[in-house]
Amino acid sequence: MKLPRKHVALLASLGVYVFLYAAASVYYADRNFFTPDVFLNFLRGGAVLGIIAVGETLVILAGGIDLSVGAVMSLSSVVIGMLVMEAGLPPAVAIPAAVALGGCLGLAMGAIIHYVDIKPFIVTLAGMFFARGLGFIIHLESISIEHPAYTRLVSLGLPLGGGHTLALTAVIFLAVVAVAIYVTRYTSFGRNIFALGGSEEAAVLMGLPVGRTKMLVYTASGLCAGLAGAVLTFDQSSGTHGAGVGMELDAIAAVVVGGTLLTGGVGSIVGTLVGVLTIGLLREVIVNYVGNLNSGMTSLAIGLLLLVFVLLQRFMTRRGAGAV
Amino acid sequence: MSGDKPKPAPSSRPACWARALADAFRRHPTLWPFTAMVVLLAWNVLFTPNFMNFEVHEGRLFGSVVSILQKGAPVMLLAIGMTLVIGLGGIDISVGSVMAMAGTVTALLIAGQGLPAPVAVLAGLGVALLAGAWNGALVTFVGLQPIIATLVLLMGGRGIAQALTGDQNVPFTSPAMEYLSTRPLLYLPIPIFIVLGAAVVVLLALHKTVLGLYIEAIGGNAKAARLAGLPVHGVRLLVYAFCGLCAGLAGVINTADIQRADVANCGLYLELDAILAVVIGGTSFAGGRPYLVGAIFGAIIMRMLTTMLLMHNVPTEKTLIVKAVVAIAVCLIQTPAFAGFMGRLRLGRARQA
Amino acid sequence: MRGGSGDPPRKVAMASSDPILVMRSIDKRFPGVHALDGVDFEARPGEVHALMGQNGAGKSTLIKVLTGACRRNGGAITFEGRDFHASSPADAQAKGISTIYQEVNLVPTLSVGENLFLGRLPRRWFGVDWRAMNRRAREVLAAFGLHLDVERTLSTYPTAIQQMVSIARAIDTDARLLIMDEPTSSLDKHETEVLFGMMARLKAKGIGIIFVTHFLEQVFRVSDRITVLRNGRLVGTFDTRSLSRLDLVSHMLGRRPEEAEPSRAARAAAPGETPRAPLLSVRGLARTSAIEPFDLEIAPGEVLGLAGLLGSGRTEAARLLFGADKADGGRMDVRGRRVRLHAPRQAIALGLGFCPEDRKTEGLFPEMSVRSNIALVAQRSLSRLGLLSRRTHTRIADEFVRKLGIVTADLDVPVKTLSGGNQQKVILARWLARRPALLMLDEPTRGIDVGAKVEIERLVESLAQEGVAVLFISAELEEVVRRSRRILVLRDRKFVGELEGREVNVETVMNTIAGAE
Repeated sequence: MKLPRKHVALLASLGVYVFLYAAASVYYADRNFFTPDVFLNFLRGGAVLGIIAVGETLVILAGGIDLSVGAVMSLSSVVIGMLVMEAGLPPAVAIPAAVALGGCLGLAMGAIIHYVDIKPFIVTLAGMFFARGLGFIIHLESISIEHPAYTRLVSLGLPLGGGHTLALTAVIFLAVVAVAIYVTRYTSFGRNIFALGGSEEAAVLMGLPVGRTKMLVYTASGLCAGLAGAVLTFDQSSGTHGAGVGMELDAIAAVVVGGTLLTGGVGSIVGTLVGVLTIGLLREVIVNYVGNLNSGMTSLAIGLLLLVFVLLQRFMTRRGAGAV
Repeated sequence: MSGDKPKPAPSSRPACWARALADAFRRHPTLWPFTAMVVLLAWNVLFTPNFMNFEVHEGRLFGSVVSILQKGAPVMLLAIGMTLVIGLGGIDISVGSVMAMAGTVTALLIAGQGLPAPVAVLAGLGVALLAGAWNGALVTFVGLQPIIATLVLLMGGRGIAQALTGDQNVPFTSPAMEYLSTRPLLYLPIPIFIVLGAAVVVLLALHKTVLGLYIEAIGGNAKAARLAGLPVHGVRLLVYAFCGLCAGLAGVINTADIQRADVANCGLYLELDAILAVVIGGTSFAGGRPYLVGAIFGAIIMRMLTTMLLMHNVPTEKTLIVKAVVAIAVCLIQTPAFAGFMGRLRLGRARQA
Repeated sequence: MRGGSGDPPRKVAMASSDPILVMRSIDKRFPGVHALDGVDFEARPGEVHALMGQNGAGKSTLIKVLTGACRRNGGAITFEGRDFHASSPADAQAKGISTIYQEVNLVPTLSVGENLFLGRLPRRWFGVDWRAMNRRAREVLAAFGLHLDVERTLSTYPTAIQQMVSIARAIDTDARLLIMDEPTSSLDKHETEVLFGMMARLKAKGIGIIFVTHFLEQVFRVSDRITVLRNGRLVGTFDTRSLSRLDLVSHMLGRRPEEAEPSRAARAAAPGETPRAPLLSVRGLARTSAIEPFDLEIAPGEVLGLAGLLGSGRTEAARLLFGADKADGGRMDVRGRRVRLHAPRQAIALGLGFCPEDRKTEGLFPEMSVRSNIALVAQRSLSRLGLLSRRTHTRIADEFVRKLGIVTADLDVPVKTLSGGNQQKVILARWLARRPALLMLDEPTRGIDVGAKVEIERLVESLAQEGVAVLFISAELEEVVRRSRRILVLRDRKFVGELEGREVNVETVMNTIAGAE
């Protein structure tokens, strides 16, 4: 049996989520909170943020940070919109192109971080501005996407029996999560990420491919952001500019709430899934259920949640890192 | 050429001048941003239509240059506070949100509680000061990395402001605030003088008290600073709190300008501008001597870029790319690798001389 | 079990006398420093070969050259009979030479098992085979007598265990030569014993071990041969059993006790001089893994010397006295009143000063001016409000530049442009400007020219005459003997003796360091 110590963080996050969910279910029993459809909706609504957060998790695990993801997502959605509506390309071409663009931007940032040795925070912040600007250059306004394939896509879903369907976006989200879990758990690339984040010095001394891992991890984040942009277009049937604003922060919050240390080396994809759901839950409850409060409260709540978890992490690393 | 003997040590005038110039730039790093600013200004004077148009209306001077200084006042204030934080080796990415907080509190107190403007402004500044102290406490006592510590307020701060206002813009009418933003003092808008005042105060503090030296020492070698008995904790708290205060001032000015609390946009992404301004101004990210005047020049440059692109009919969105490129370029110049590259370049030229 | 080669387990004779590693005439220069000057070194399989030397002797450079962390300028290396070139420590490891560092070079956030196999994780068709990895990890550790929970995070185990996992990894990656770089510095007695047990196992397997250390006792306990380096040159390679402790200390210091200048007659207290009340008094002060409990007293105007080899704990003791580190036990009294120090600021306020050993990283502010470096610490006594008077700073800096003969173009140049000796003087000036009651000098004359050394010694004397208490730490025994009235001797992180009066001479100090045999 695995010792609980390693999984304390994940269990804590899960516990918080379950508690909040249960509380909401009880409090809003009259509004049928505790139904499968409501939960499935959470999965669907959290897909875009979730996919971004998965990429962000990889970067943070490796000891870095990526602030450009929201902007890259936006850019990707606009690119798809432009390619489909104005260049007349089929979605089957436009979507991979946009995802690839995200990956290229990620690779570029990773290369600058590794070879030029500028802090990730600055490079990805500049990347955010760059991506946002690029989006406006490619197409000034948001584009509404009207394409037969899209109308079909929006209604697609995985039937679950009992009249419930798992929306396409949720399926993609869960698929990304599954792939990421596999990568982090069963591939050397994934293990190298943990090693790099745990101690870059040790990783170098052990001869692990540090530079390659760094660049790949930012590329992966870019790919995720690109994919999230595509999923956004499924959701909204349009390519939008403003969608990603602040999303990188939500992603980081989701990662932290999920138990991943911001200093790197410790964490999990499953934790991020829990974090994404928690944030989605908070947003939903505050905006739709509590009523009198406004969206500002969600930022506040998420900020508070982030603070609590960051302090917890600090407290635990101060204690747990040393010898028993 | 092959028969010529190499000339003895260069005594030709151009080389002397070049060396003196290079020396001056090395001794006074502030010359870099100053030169950049002057170059940009010159470019604008020559190529931007109507750049040097000045008009006087109701005792007040109008024109692009004035507009740059006025619209740039918030960034300049942010840069003043940020210079000290970066000099210490830290960073504060929450300043935009703190701006929103301060502006909101001020607006709410005027509109909702009917408090007189000076009181409301003081309250707003007080909130900002507390926010800065909060950041400082997280970094100093809890030991969080500055990016992480200030990330919390970046997220939560705007949320607090939004929660307070019910996510609505809170318009208010206040003759005092109007005065602040529209009435001229010596033909110029008041915010410019606020910036000047803040800059003078900080410059005095940096040069007439030992604060400047302490910041430079702590930023340069924190270990040695501790062993030398310098008040590391105290200085850190003070600097972060002051940075918050500057953000508060910026927020109040912004709010006075638009006569309402605009939570969503107040100070949005202004952090990057401020950080860039400081870096352009010569203060190193790794910590060290804070170059305040340079940072102000840097802020002016950032603002000039935006205005200039606007006047050339480039939409604001596209300035983002320019800023991104500038950011990377400036950071690149600061890396040791670049210094090595420049060193080799200079060496090569010297050999040719 | 062994990763890598498919060779049958080696059945090498316990300590074959054919060397497995031969380094000949190794030469390495850095700008301004001749780090290694024609050094010869060899290691045999199944032996523990200790490598010793004081600061700047070249030990770490020799290791770096061997493992490829830096490139040599001359000389040849043969490993297992073939030319050996490593481009990096990782490359050296792949070729059979692994290094264990004082700071464990594993990833603390990963499990024990994963640390053992990082970079060569066992796989099956679907990816990393965790079960196989954990199984193999248990086997590998068991072969060393270690029974750990391989799934536990590495950092939850004490440093000693982590080090052994590090060793196990090295051996499993088919290391034939193991370099242990100060492995016992952070271990306590019991943990050191466990490590030695492991080393014995390695010897039995025929692994060659290069043991870099400061600890005299340990060297005599586990090593077969000892190589001493000094100032980049080889002093000699000796058989441990036939080397006396005094001989070893002599080799390391580069002099024999009888060669010392005829020490002047006892610097005992002049008759009639009343003993003064101690300024600083310490009982049982200690810090785990840094220095064992010690007592110390020093009176105003007294020069107390701390003598011992590098790494013996002198700096650690001084740091405790200065509040730079927190003590784990004991008590300290200043002027008769008990104090609990947790920051240098308190010590400074009490009138203590400390010139650190490593002036570059702990003393100077490299980019700041000479003036600031000198005057900054005195600032607090100049003005409560922190008002800066450049004139006062200049005056202070000028005074001490003159007094100490600091060579500098002017007061405004960054202090990093000064020579080592002058930098040291700047730091001295800084503390003198505060007029402390007790000044602790940690290796104040290291890296300084002879003329400056004399000046500093004279300075110490005049300070004592003015009533300042001085704690004088130096590895140059003559210096310590000349200046100190009393000497406390340290060895291997503990205080082993107190000498005064007639005992204050180089020969006695060296004997005390070496320890009675």
